[in-house]
Amino acid sequence: MRVISPSPHLHGPLSTEILMRDVVIALVPAFIFTVVTGGLQALFVTLVSVASCMLFEWLINSYFFHRPNSLTDWSAVITGTLLAFNLPQSIPLWIVVVGAAVAIGIAKMSYGGIGRNIFNPALVGRVFLLISFPVQMTTFPVQADAYSGATPLQFFKFVPNAASMTPDNYLMDLFIGFVPGSMGEISALLLLLGGLYLIIRKVITWHIPVFTLGTIFVFTGILWLINPEIYANPLFHILAGGAILGSVFMATDYVTSPMNVRGQIIYAIGIGVITVLIRVWGSYPEGMSFAILIMNAATPLINKYIHPKRFA
Amino acid sequence: MKTFRIGGFHGKDYKLTGDRAIEQMPVPDKVVIFLSQHIGAPAVCNVAKGDKVNVGTLIGKAGGFVSANIHSSVSGTVVSVDPVADGSGIKKPAVTIEVEGDQWEEGIDRSENLIPECNLDSKEIIDKISDAGIVGMGGATFPTQVKLSIPPGSKAECLIVNGVECEPYLTADHRVMLEKSDEILVGCKIVMKALGVDTCYIGIEENKKDAIKLLSSKADGGISIVPLRMRYPQGGEKQLIDAVINRQVPSGGLPIATGAVVQNIGTIFAIYEAVQKNKPLVERIVTVTGCYVSNPKNLKVRIGTSISELIAAVGGEPDNTAKVINGGPMMGRAMSNVEAPVTKGTSGILMLSARDTVREKEQACISCAKCVSACPMGLEPYLLYKLSYRRLYPDMESEKVTDCIECGCCAYTCPAHLPLLDYIRVGKAETMKIIKSRQIKK
Repeated sequence: MRVISPSPHLHGPLSTEILMRDVVIALVPAFIFTVVTGGLQALFVTLVSVASCMLFEWLINSYFFHRPNSLTDWSAVITGTLLAFNLPQSIPLWIVVVGAAVAIGIAKMSYGGIGRNIFNPALVGRVFLLISFPVQMTTFPVQADAYSGATPLQFFKFVPNAASMTPDNYLMDLFIGFVPGSMGEISALLLLLGGLYLIIRKVITWHIPVFTLGTIFVFTGILWLINPEIYANPLFHILAGGAILGSVFMATDYVTSPMNVRGQIIYAIGIGVITVLIRVWGSYPEGMSFAILIMNAATPLINKYIHPKRFA
Repeated sequence: MKTFRIGGFHGKDYKLTGDRAIEQMPVPDKVVIFLSQHIGAPAVCNVAKGDKVNVGTLIGKAGGFVSANIHSSVSGTVVSVDPVADGSGIKKPAVTIEVEGDQWEEGIDRSENLIPECNLDSKEIIDKISDAGIVGMGGATFPTQVKLSIPPGSKAECLIVNGVECEPYLTADHRVMLEKSDEILVGCKIVMKALGVDTCYIGIEENKKDAIKLLSSKADGGISIVPLRMRYPQGGEKQLIDAVINRQVPSGGLPIATGAVVQNIGTIFAIYEAVQKNKPLVERIVTVTGCYVSNPKNLKVRIGTSISELIAAVGGEPDNTAKVINGGPMMGRAMSNVEAPVTKGTSGILMLSARDTVREKEQACISCAKCVSACPMGLEPYLLYKLSYRRLYPDMESEKVTDCIECGCCAYTCPAHLPLLDYIRVGKAETMKIIKSRQIKK
């Protein structure tokens, strides 16, 4: 029996599953590092987060939408992993389950599932937990001996004259990951390595991470040049908190980021500016998740007005 | 290395027959010659049942300005002038001829001697091309004499010859460049003379290094070879002009707006034969191929030969064949009727297995934007797809759907396996209808 269909008659090697799986692979090194330095607690948080994300997606598909399960596309695994990376490893596990329910149930499935959500599900889960359980979400175990249980960004936000109190090897510790923080805030180096893998595999392009981090660097660099006594070193802003996790893994989420390079650059600059505004003048020490969610909301508008470069 | 500015992709090229010399297919017992093998008005049949014809006898006269002559490709008796089914099973006006011997019309030079000199002037060259019924042989089949007649107000500055052959699997142009290099260069000079230009670029993708080397060593007199980075759809007219001379055909404009006239390698060879040897377009090279085909070949066949005979000549259709495609895998047509004849635009016959060609289940769009970066025209395929799905044709017009060249890069790339081009094609056709009816109203 001959098949008749219009051209093209070939399809490239890409599939949703391959793209999503690559994102999970890119997160593995940072995950292993967190488990090795932070202990089994980190492993449990991640396992519970991934398992409950998958469970909620399966439940909603099966009993609410009455449609076949979509777990094979790996997207629930990514949401689960990214949610875990946004939580302190000391968080009670039942709170993780609540976060997963919000991420999958409200932020993803209530819009219709994969591809239809407006906001990054993992970030909606994180922000929901941050607002609902502020104490549990901002208490971090002490990892290295040099610093208190506060994250570097908390330290800067709430300790006066923090800029003059930081030790010399501070930036290096941040880069490698010997500081307290959410699981995925910890090792800048391994997260960047994961990002590099995604760029080489052409899962993402360099535009969003580079423009987001670049904007943060330039904006905080200007402030630092104005007064280094009050404002932190721009390298600190890039390495601390969720800047790298956010710009490489969360801001580049396909569904919630703009559809062409021009739009992506506007979006990335927006994230950078809002992050710095919140970090420096806002009431939260970290603004990355809010910045990404705000720019997620702006994405449909960007797509409507910013078109790609036409051939002629 | 040069290439076009945006979009496209680099994939495996599957050139299975690049090193296989062109083989002459025996003259068949019967040919079916369609009266419309080109874009534009069909030719008007000027033979009747029972007429005797020779190879090269005019059997259909161009039916308008944009049309082309049709010649008999065999000698014998016209047995029918009734419509015959084409590759899609649609009946089209045709002349069926039963072969007796191989008698050619007088004045056709069938020798292999190279005739390098051409003393005709521009008009005489174009008239000869028109008489010979030559059309664009890359697959678009636009009548060549129309393309060479520069509209008033425009000026040709250079000739660009398309030796790109970016479609996977096809190697017909590659073999012509290797085996007929001298004829190609003479053909280029003839077309340059017809256009009144001094420069000619032959664009060839780097996967045909032997052809680049051979032609570079022989090219002279304003002809230069431009090696191009391998990337589909570089053989598209707009992409090729952009890659070679870095000028862009404006949206809705004609290629001549850039000063370039593009001709395919196969067309150049046909022009050489028409002008220097008085030979009308009665034969062409067809790549008959596929990963499971036992003996894939480049065949020189008479126009009108049944495609099933070509398939038999390469060892028959493999058992796992799901699709037989007329043309390349990216822009060719899947055939339901392999008894259909070879036409002037048949560049290849490709047999694909189910595993290679059957479409996977569609998934939800994840907005990965891969279609946007793959589109060589800078369009937004995901958006056009959605607009077409919702039948918002006026919006498709403002999103430039008429610029779409239907290359298939979007659907090829889509990780969610959405049939993007299917929908865009429907929307484009509807949008064209709206534009046309608006023009009629005026």
